[in-house]
Amino acid sequence: MSFLDLRSLTKRFGDISAVEDFSLSVAKGEFVSLLGPSGCGKTTTLQMIAGFINPTSGSMILNGKNLAAIPARARGLGIVFQTYALFPHMTVAENVGFGLEMRKVPKAERKRRVAEALDLVHLSHLTDRHPQAMSGGQRQRVALGRALVIQPELLLLDEPLSNLDAKLRDEMRLELRRIHKEAGVTTLLVTHDQDEAMALSDRVAVMRQGRLEQVDTPFEAYEGPRSTFISGFLGKTNTLRGDLLETTESGSRFRREGLILDGPVAHHIPGPVEVCLRPERIDLVEADEALVSGIVSERIFLGNQWLFRVDTPLGELMICRRNRGRREAEPGETVHLSWKPEHLRILPVEVQG
Amino acid sequence: MRRNGAFALVFNGIFALFMVAPLVVVIGVAFTPEGYLEFPPSGLSFRWFQAILDNPDFIEAAWISLELGVVSATLATAFAVPAALAIGRGRFAGREGMQALFLSPLTVPTVVLGIAFLRFLSLFDINGTFVGLVLCHAIIITPFILRLVLASVAGLDRSLEKAAISLGASDWTVFRRVTLPLILPGVVGGWVLAFITSFDELTVTVFIVNPSTTTLPVRLFSHITQTTDPLVASISTVVILFTVLLMVVLDRLYGLDRLLMGEGAR
Amino acid sequence: MSVFSSSAARPWLLSGPALALFASLLVTPIVMTVLLSFREFSFYGGISDTLGLSNYIEILGDGYFYEIFLRTFLIALGTTVLCVLLGVPEAYFIHRMGPLWRSMMLLVVLGPLLISVVVRTLGWAILLGNKGVINDLLTRMELIERPLKMMYTSGGIVLALTHVMIPFMILAVWASLQRQDPDSERAAESLGAGPVTVFLRVVLPQCVPGILSGSLIVFSLSASAFATPAILGGRRVKVVSTTVYDEFLNTLNWPLGAAIAVLLLVSIMTIMVAWTRLVERRHGEALQ
Ligand SMILES: Nc1ncnc2c1ncn2[C@@H]1O[C@H](COP(=O)(O)OP(=O)(O)OP(=O)(O)O)[C@@H](O)[C@H]1O
Ligand SMILES: [Mg+2]
Repeated sequence: MSFLDLRSLTKRFGDISAVEDFSLSVAKGEFVSLLGPSGCGKTTTLQMIAGFINPTSGSMILNGKNLAAIPARARGLGIVFQTYALFPHMTVAENVGFGLEMRKVPKAERKRRVAEALDLVHLSHLTDRHPQAMSGGQRQRVALGRALVIQPELLLLDEPLSNLDAKLRDEMRLELRRIHKEAGVTTLLVTHDQDEAMALSDRVAVMRQGRLEQVDTPFEAYEGPRSTFISGFLGKTNTLRGDLLETTESGSRFRREGLILDGPVAHHIPGPVEVCLRPERIDLVEADEALVSGIVSERIFLGNQWLFRVDTPLGELMICRRNRGRREAEPGETVHLSWKPEHLRILPVEVQG
Repeated sequence: MRRNGAFALVFNGIFALFMVAPLVVVIGVAFTPEGYLEFPPSGLSFRWFQAILDNPDFIEAAWISLELGVVSATLATAFAVPAALAIGRGRFAGREGMQALFLSPLTVPTVVLGIAFLRFLSLFDINGTFVGLVLCHAIIITPFILRLVLASVAGLDRSLEKAAISLGASDWTVFRRVTLPLILPGVVGGWVLAFITSFDELTVTVFIVNPSTTTLPVRLFSHITQTTDPLVASISTVVILFTVLLMVVLDRLYGLDRLLMGEGAR
Repeated sequence: MSVFSSSAARPWLLSGPALALFASLLVTPIVMTVLLSFREFSFYGGISDTLGLSNYIEILGDGYFYEIFLRTFLIALGTTVLCVLLGVPEAYFIHRMGPLWRSMMLLVVLGPLLISVVVRTLGWAILLGNKGVINDLLTRMELIERPLKMMYTSGGIVLALTHVMIPFMILAVWASLQRQDPDSERAAESLGAGPVTVFLRVVLPQCVPGILSGSLIVFSLSASAFATPAILGGRRVKVVSTTVYDEFLNTLNWPLGAAIAVLLLVSIMTIMVAWTRLVERRHGEALQ
């Protein structure tokens, strides 16, 4: 039995379909990320669960209760808004205590629980500050504390880290993980940052144009993208269009630009396909071992790694190599490339529309 | 979804009624066929609108108000725009004080302004003259123009002017070809707002007119303090329609919500 | 050299004409008025050349003037309170409306700001008169037997002034509402607050700066309003500005009128400064 069950959730604004037939089950204690490009309907989905937007159709069940029948204020969910939405006229303690006050929790207990929550988010020393006298990361923690203190059955986070600078974002990412572990609350995180989604979640749910495309553990989604869109969205990828010639028990073969290549075991019907290959799976080898050779057209240094663009008979390939402090091929040099057939991922051709 | 409840709707309805009621009764009364004030009117008659034409006093006053509005708004714009440019971008000693001075007609009680102008103008024996009216109105309406132009100047990207200078434009050319077109909505909006303010001004004007320069609000005011008849209602109706017309113009030129609410209007 | 390079003289050149106008036609006349208020006046000799405090002594020694000042400030206070009570909820409700309704209501609420005060007050005179629309309506509904007296009362003036001033309050509160994070209301709701609690605990406190600045504007404009009390109060309910008017244009005792006006100016300025101080001390650090 899943804890949160979203069935065929749909939201249309006039003609615009913001969320279409969205179904997702989340287990108790699980951390799931809703990932997708801007405008794909992540916030709309979250706001429907929170009760600030009425779904056009579909159902939402949380712990056996039909959410649609409960007004936003009675749903008891913890929500962290993208802008944090801290009450500027209240201190940190008053902000965090607000939800308990609404629940008419006695003063003494309220005080104790606020202290606990502030402890959890490491803010015990700033109890009496006003939010505007705090840094972005600290506000973020207050917002989390305020959402968690009411012991919500479900925690909803809408791009909670997007307003922070890169370094703080990494730090808060670890904090979020720790807090999730300690509080153990079922969490739904909205983000368009794939690193964030993969680093934090038990499962990622990738959305595209209002639809859910794939739900998997970060590793499975990265390794086994169900579409070229997901493959391109989760990390970098080379996408090659070709013709699948045959599939056998032990592998497959396809053709691109007159070259025949070995591929992994596939169950697709022979014909046009797309093949994805991660840049970090391509090795530089000696000429006699190469599957294909090409000329480096561009080289970018990223600190911990090098990125190459190589012109090959297959088309332009992106290659990623860890920086080992050695000399690397320069633009204009010829390099020889190889990869294992199982690192190719054969996908159906995207229908544009 | 945020939605107002029943209480909010009722409150809002009553409030809207409160806001429009005085205007509606004025317009309603103006159409009465009777010789006294009645609302709702017992019939629909243009009798009292025709009566306006038989009262050259009012027509003359309306012309004076129009001329006064146009001339003083133009004069005030000519003064306020350079001042707004100076205040809006300079960081010089006295900037705050200068701005406070130019905005002070908004905070000094209007009766005080009225008697001050009266005292000053009568010393030079120009009280009641059109020139005196224009100068005093220019002072009263300058803050309205200044505020709108300041808002436009604040929203101006200064690198545009620098770009023009780097391309060899002279001061005057930069102003005419780059700065002015960009702040023009603020200038025009300010002019219209200033015109309306001048056209409606009573408290100061009542001290500094003479019988030959009496403006429409002053004539209307002295008429109302003696008697309220349907004639003042029909004249007021014309004033309301004229103002609404100007509001439409303002809306087209500058955006009424932006004018009234500032830049943050959604 | 350009208009915008930092030549020290440039801003003064640009604002020179306006400065000249304001110095000669605003500052000088006001100073002269203050001086005028210290001159003596007699009906035979006119305005004397000697300076003295006689006008102020006359005003401060006469209960009649106390009454007028007290009435003026009570009317201003009443108007301010009504504007807060009506304007704050209205601004919030408009804030919550859909875009179409919102722009319509803003037009209804703020449009009158541009319409002549004389015309608006005429409307109130027609509404409030003994044979006015309201009395007529109430009599016909048989709720009252004799007409309610609303013309020539302070109450009538407060009502009409509220109509004239409330757009300023709504504008000020609106500005506060615009600065608020719309998610803060949602946050309160998600934590279990009902609509009334959201308004009282989350929205209203964030509006306080707007309410305070709106109150200041409404109070000072009401205390110096002329057209509305002159038309609705007539000779019977006099306020400071109408008294000044009478002294200047009927009694022709200019020095006394000037002294009354100076007292009005000084008291309004004092109230404004004190109020601003108070607000800054109270809310300076808590809200930006
Ligand atoms: N109130 C509304 N009226 C009309 N269309 C809306 C409304 N709210 C959202 N939309 C549309 O619905 C789609 C999904 O919006 P949503 O805010 O859910 O996207 P998102 O995935 O959260 O994007 P982002 O990453 O930019 O926050 C968008 O195309 C948006 O334009
Ligand atoms: Mg979003």
